[in-house]
Amino acid sequence: MVQLALPKNSRVGKGRHYPAPAGAKRVKTFRIYRYDPEGSENPRWDTYDVDVGACGPMLLDVLIHIKNTVDPTLTFRRSCREGVCGSCAMNIGGRNTLACTHGWEDTPGREIQVSPLPSQPVVKDLVPDLTLFYAQYASIEPWLHTETPQPQTEWKQSIEDRAKLDGLYECILCACCSTSCPSYWWNGEKYLGPATLLHAYRWLIDSRDEAAGERLDALEDPFKLYRCHTIMNCAQVCPKGLNPAKAIAEIKKLMVERVV
Amino acid sequence: MTGAPAGFRTPLSRARGLGAAKHGVGHFIADRVSGLALIPLSIWAAYAGLKLAAGGYVLAVEWLARPLNAVLLSLFVVAGFTHLRLAMQVVIEDYVEGFVSKSSLLILNYLVCVLGAALGVFAILKVALPGVL
Repeated sequence: MVQLALPKNSRVGKGRHYPAPAGAKRVKTFRIYRYDPEGSENPRWDTYDVDVGACGPMLLDVLIHIKNTVDPTLTFRRSCREGVCGSCAMNIGGRNTLACTHGWEDTPGREIQVSPLPSQPVVKDLVPDLTLFYAQYASIEPWLHTETPQPQTEWKQSIEDRAKLDGLYECILCACCSTSCPSYWWNGEKYLGPATLLHAYRWLIDSRDEAAGERLDALEDPFKLYRCHTIMNCAQVCPKGLNPAKAIAEIKKLMVERVV
Repeated sequence: MTGAPAGFRTPLSRARGLGAAKHGVGHFIADRVSGLALIPLSIWAAYAGLKLAAGGYVLAVEWLARPLNAVLLSLFVVAGFTHLRLAMQVVIEDYVEGFVSKSSLLILNYLVCVLGAALGVFAILKVALPGVL
């Protein structure tokens, strides 16, 4: 059966407590998942009482503040700090989102819990191993497939056809959606997940692409596509406001269209 | 789980797996169609059940002997077990791991649902066609 409890060596224990510096005026507690797979210890929750008056408004600002001034061993990914790269995707207060665009004040509760994206192996602390996620994206061949000889200029597309890609091309592959999906938790090796399927639909409806049939062939599978049961966690957590569940429903409609 | 040891297989090989099974749309359509059919059939069956509960055994037998009632109730039983089989298949595929346990449960699910539908239709026909069965 599916694993409902964490294996023994993944159970999260109580960790260290880092009190706020003397004289801190505005203190907030952050409970952060810490794990080093190369060590022998189980994961632990470290709690940091942070002087939030001394750092910026976003959760990423808090993490950078902790790393710079409290605990330099805290590990997390970040790059653009403006919701474009998707590097700092993590679970904040029980919800997957980007640390750089999520204000810590928007998370209710006395303390804010921060953990890596669920269901993925952990590289260290808040850094998940997204190797399979990226490989699944590569498996749908996310580029233009054509047999017609390359035109002298560009492949042309009408304004209306280009508009069909809106709400799809904006995906930054942060993995918030896929790792919030229970179907992806249970069958992540076989189910492609919402992010990859959103991109699959992006290429399916691209008017310049000539391989819609082959693309649908590669998706028609009880696991690769049909594990989506439309619970909409993906649309709820997408930090870019996209709707992968709708894209998946559109793929299912195309599947029906070609047999009816 | 995604954390399963992958050996020396490349990530792309893991992602591609054994390729697409090239089926699934039939299940999707059958699930929707049987679900749609069950909306009016369930309302009708609930109404009939309430009506019959008020009467006695003789009334129920007389009611079931009418061709329209027998046909609609048979359709309700068949659509219900078809929908149940399709839905249970999804639940098993979702939550049960391991080829042997998964395929055994899928076969069991199929047999139980076919048996349930066959018994239901036989019972209806037995009442509806007393001289034949």
